[in-house]
Amino acid sequence: MTTTLTSQKEILPPPTERFTILGWLKKNLFGTWFDAILTVVSGLFIIYVLYMGFRWILTTAQWAAVTDNLQLYMKGQYPASEDWRLWLLMYLFALIIGLMWGVFLRRAEAVGWILLAVPVILALWMVKLERAAWLNLLIMDAAAIVGYFLGRRYPQRLQRPTIILILLYMPLVILIVRGFGESGFLPLVTTNLWGGLLLSLLLAIFGIVFSFPVGVLLALGRQSRMPAIKTLCVVYIEIIRGVPLITLLFMGQLMLPFFLPAGITIDRVIRAAVAIIMFAAAYMAENVRGGLQSIPKGQYEAADAIGLNGVQKMVFIILPQALRAVIPVLVGQFIGLFKDTSLVALVGLLDLLGIARGILANPNYIGRQLEVFAFIALIYWVFSYAMSYGSERLETALGVGER
Amino acid sequence: MTTNTSEHGAVPFWRDERYIQIIAQVIVVAALVALFYWLIHNLLTGLAALGIPLSFRFLGIEAQFDIGETLIEYSRNSTYAQAILVGLLNTIKVSFIGIIFATIVGVIVGIARLSRNWLVSRIAAVYVQVLRNIPLLVFLIFLSTTVFHKLPRVQQALALGKMAFLTNRGIYTVWPVPAEGWNVYKWLLLGSFVIGVLVAIYFYRQGLRTGRMPLYWLWGFLTFLALSIIAWFVAPGAPLALDYPYLAGRNFKGGQSLTPEFMAILSGLVIYTSAFIAEVVRAGIQAVSKGQREAATAVGLTSFQTMRLVIFPQAMRVIIPPLTSQYLNLTKNSSLAIAVGYPDLFAVGSTIINQSGRAVEVILITMAVYLTFSLLTSLFMNWYNRHTRLVER
Amino acid sequence: MSEPIIICRDVHKWYGQFHALRGIDMEVQKGEVVVIFGPSGSGKSTFIRCINRLEEHQRGTIIVDGIELSHDVRNIAAIRREVGMVFQQFNLFPHLTVMQNITLGPIYVRKWNKDKAEEIAMQLLERVGIPEQAHKYPGQLSGGQQQRVAIARALAMQPKIMLFDEPTSALDPEMIKEVLDVMEELAESGMTMMVVTHEMGFARAVADTMYFFDEGQVVESGTPEQIFEHPQEDRTKLFLSQILQH
Repeated sequence: MTTTLTSQKEILPPPTERFTILGWLKKNLFGTWFDAILTVVSGLFIIYVLYMGFRWILTTAQWAAVTDNLQLYMKGQYPASEDWRLWLLMYLFALIIGLMWGVFLRRAEAVGWILLAVPVILALWMVKLERAAWLNLLIMDAAAIVGYFLGRRYPQRLQRPTIILILLYMPLVILIVRGFGESGFLPLVTTNLWGGLLLSLLLAIFGIVFSFPVGVLLALGRQSRMPAIKTLCVVYIEIIRGVPLITLLFMGQLMLPFFLPAGITIDRVIRAAVAIIMFAAAYMAENVRGGLQSIPKGQYEAADAIGLNGVQKMVFIILPQALRAVIPVLVGQFIGLFKDTSLVALVGLLDLLGIARGILANPNYIGRQLEVFAFIALIYWVFSYAMSYGSERLETALGVGER
Repeated sequence: MTTNTSEHGAVPFWRDERYIQIIAQVIVVAALVALFYWLIHNLLTGLAALGIPLSFRFLGIEAQFDIGETLIEYSRNSTYAQAILVGLLNTIKVSFIGIIFATIVGVIVGIARLSRNWLVSRIAAVYVQVLRNIPLLVFLIFLSTTVFHKLPRVQQALALGKMAFLTNRGIYTVWPVPAEGWNVYKWLLLGSFVIGVLVAIYFYRQGLRTGRMPLYWLWGFLTFLALSIIAWFVAPGAPLALDYPYLAGRNFKGGQSLTPEFMAILSGLVIYTSAFIAEVVRAGIQAVSKGQREAATAVGLTSFQTMRLVIFPQAMRVIIPPLTSQYLNLTKNSSLAIAVGYPDLFAVGSTIINQSGRAVEVILITMAVYLTFSLLTSLFMNWYNRHTRLVER
Repeated sequence: MSEPIIICRDVHKWYGQFHALRGIDMEVQKGEVVVIFGPSGSGKSTFIRCINRLEEHQRGTIIVDGIELSHDVRNIAAIRREVGMVFQQFNLFPHLTVMQNITLGPIYVRKWNKDKAEEIAMQLLERVGIPEQAHKYPGQLSGGQQQRVAIARALAMQPKIMLFDEPTSALDPEMIKEVLDVMEELAESGMTMMVVTHEMGFARAVADTMYFFDEGQVVESGTPEQIFEHPQEDRTKLFLSQILQH
């Protein structure tokens, strides 16, 4: 059976569905009478909450407990003479964000403008508080902008350096914050001076950086065909995942000293960090295992067939793919870890929460709980949310997690 | 299994893949054993030097401290073991109630996130995003210090009619207590329950026979409800009376009292966990593919039938495992009660450590208890996974 | 005749209780092209995967190029260097470029320097007809192109023997020919090849010997002419009639 095409059919534009505010309202808010009631009730609820919130922030709240102690919240007792190290790390951080934006996203977006606006607003606020930090904040913005334009200019050439910079950043933070030696270029800053947000972030970074190799080994061990090694890994992972972090922290503070020979003492921050690393490693192992399981058997076989040995097979073929597949999960774990570091306040460390409790114990700021907790909750929230938002954006831009 | 090394002679064992694996395992295990031996040796000598050798005998000693709220008989003269039991029961109490409420709130928020109503789904999204991104501990301390301990004093109690009074000493609510008719009514209630179950079984059987499964549990429940209401009026005298709280001197009497500590940890756990449960529920419903929905529509099911017969059963299969792990998380997170002063297992344990110095023993006991919880959870998960897999094939 | 390059004697393999290979005997001469065919589940893939130890045979002897396959890891490594393999699902490494896929083995197993490895890789890509794709990722190529890269990857190790496990089964019909052409050219160049395939046209044109597998055994073997024109066994006839019908 044959048909002949007598005339080319005209290509028509689709029937227009005009966007009107009224139409949108009807579709999304007042579809049915039930919808309408829901809309009105929740609308009133939102208005009430916003009204109360703003009224409190602008009139009732007394922010002295926050504004007087900004330095403490941010960095604890970290010596002012070494502040430049923290700022340097902040510039670098801004540069990395700018580079990532330029290399991977390649577009200026509303979120980018908001990110750039934040330091400017903070800088203005600092000027008002008569604090010297405003210039540094503006330099951060400048670094971010430089990074963005560099990234846009040479996206191909800068891709690899950017990734290396991201990977190196965390160890670099530990190194620069801690320093080494008695005097000289980067004198040692002892851990008892670390505090506030700085300590919270550092503990999370410690946790992720050091738990990473341990977690990968545990994951490989759990996948192993050797029964003894597999059992050991499973036992470790399941025990750690079965108990709350707080028990591990207490164990670190109270039991760890007993496990070491007499005479060796380690400071409290390191003890907490060890507990966090042990904890994070078990979860890391499970995340990496998820990645390993997503690798098809054929990849192992192909690696065998071209004659790679076990280590080469893992390093060149399996782990790169497995880790790429779990990047989003790892970012999620980092956020979780950052939140979990607040538990160290319960063993007496002065992280962001610990500092907040310390400030509230000061008679000058009695009864200012709401202000202080709202402030630190906001800091935690901003960091966690920004990280999860950023990783989501990068994921879609890079197509990570897709095969 | 026979080997085939005939022509080239025996392979040296360090090149034989079977022995290589065994040797590797022996080395790893030996290294770990040595490490543990070293650690435990240090521990034992350290403790011996301090004069507190590792022993669980201290559990029989009198505790000498008070616990704010207990579910069982407990006093200063009770033993450490009893104190730990009190803590354990408090952990179970707050976790159990917390799980129920967190599920209810979480399901509501999860469904709200999928609502077609833009405003409702936005509110739910903000709820989830706010709670997921702040630490639970900060939230708990916030609730404790700025809400439950900031309530008015007893004399100026915030009254919700006669039903409940909110004070900084705790929350007092009306509570049903057995009255004269209760003795008869409880048997009637049991009877209605049995009949309800029978009705459910009848409908279930009928469903199996006809192939059209009715909502058998709903019918069973309605039967039970109807019968128990009828029984209420049949019983001689009212079976339950309401016990109202009232101000007696400097404190409230009657009704049910909930301490601010309990309220802080409970509401903190519920609100925080509900945000995670909401995500689990949403993901579960969205995981049921669009194709399933279309197929159900294509065979002519109504949207309610589609939900009940196609979406819901499949979503449950996706939801149950992560939901169970959220329950376990809630239980583990209840150990943060120490920050708000609620005497759960961990808080009691840390009091004992401070008082007796038995850090190692107490931490081991605490960990063992939480491990038991998690073991039970994973046993359930394994059972559930096997069960659903059987259904699948 | 000289010493065969592959010798299999009474090879057995079980999966649990299932007897997958029931005493396979086979000898392959240098430069010979062997085609193995048979119904699915007949053990032909299992057998070919035993040759480079992706599966472990449990009884019998397999000797490849004078090296016996045993539990000796040195022998296994030596055999894998001499034997290249092409899979049904290509199994290219998706995170590496085509060039990196091909040079990985030569650089880390053969220990060549990078320049040499890349030079040879480029020659191979030209041989399989896709030099312009060298710096793309496997995901950007069509199925036929991917399979040709897989062949180049196996050849880059300069193997003495090539194994093909249903190389065209996962391809769209229009891409089968481009892969078969490469294989044919390879056969003509004198490579020893063992091919599991249902492409009977290819078998007729290229094979020196054909083996018909069924239920873990070699039912019948012979030259293509013998197999196609004068099959001896009923099972062979039935199977051939089924696959040659259309």
